[in-house]
Amino acid sequence: MHRTGDLYGQFQTLEQQKETASLGMWIFLVTEVLFFGGMFLTYTINRSAFSTAFGIGSNTLDIKLGAGNTVVLIMSSLTMAMAVWSAQVGKKKLVSIFLIATLGLGTVFLGVKAVEYKQKFDHHLVPGRNFDMKYHPTHPMPGDDPKELALEKKEVEEAFAHDPDINAHGQLYFSLYFGMTGLHALHMIVGAGLLLWLIKGSFAGRFTPQYNTPVEIVGLYWHFVDIVWIFLFPLLYLIDRHR
Amino acid sequence: MSEHIVSPKVYFAIFAALMIGTAVTVWAAFQNFGKFNIVIALVIATIKATLVVLYFMHARYSPKRTQLVIVCSIFWLAIMLGLTLSDYDTRPHEMQPGEGRLVQPTPAHFLSV
Repeated sequence: MHRTGDLYGQFQTLEQQKETASLGMWIFLVTEVLFFGGMFLTYTINRSAFSTAFGIGSNTLDIKLGAGNTVVLIMSSLTMAMAVWSAQVGKKKLVSIFLIATLGLGTVFLGVKAVEYKQKFDHHLVPGRNFDMKYHPTHPMPGDDPKELALEKKEVEEAFAHDPDINAHGQLYFSLYFGMTGLHALHMIVGAGLLLWLIKGSFAGRFTPQYNTPVEIVGLYWHFVDIVWIFLFPLLYLIDRHR
Repeated sequence: MSEHIVSPKVYFAIFAALMIGTAVTVWAAFQNFGKFNIVIALVIATIKATLVVLYFMHARYSPKRTQLVIVCSIFWLAIMLGLTLSDYDTRPHEMQPGEGRLVQPTPAHFLSV
């Protein structure tokens, strides 16, 4: 394709090129909104049908890790926005620094997520043959708070007395938990790949006040992933905390 | 139309607001507001998301046609959520304990049909 510097042949100005690219990204994000929207809808319907099982499932999640991860992800959005600003004002070194910071925070988020997933495997809370919500309260792990555990045990026993199918409905909650956070994590992994590509470009000094479209576009994607988490956190972690 | 550069001051202010929102949503989850717990959680999340879209994603300074695309996405999402949920909500049947049980099919299940 014919290209003059950073300007591709079909565009008249760099600004027009940038607006076109950003519009295209937004249209992609619309499809993402509806994609995640479908999952949130599935979640809402199942939650209203099986609120007890969803409440217990939600209370097994670690609120400190969840809230901490929310802070980490919002911080990474800030550093991403700052990377865009640095490119716009032509501070090339800062672009690299902020992009690396964003990638670092994103990696921390995924690491914490891995720790949380492992905990669920240890507690037999992964949907499948060995799923059992009674397992963890009767098999304490090192480092468990006995008070919390007693509370969980009481809650699970009461729920089973009321509805013997709690394990079936609990699996619905955890299927949605793993499905939604897993897809969110997959988006983060894609975002991390895009950030690596941006960091490489920033080392080559590619992003300038005239041309910083890639930083801006990946920024849009990264902030979108942040927004998904802003909804996932209260819906998955904070359903029934006021027990 | 020249490009609008959002200053770091704005970014940090929005970041602070998002942090406060996160703290409030965690605090509110531990209070018993009855049915309103979920409403409060969703209102806070929506405010946070709006701040991210307007400032971090520059929607406030974007061309009209970009803003139109954003509004459209919310509109279609509202159709999907609104119509589906109103359908579920207006059905007379409510799930009872023991219903929706996973049943291992036996040959009788297939023969009786």
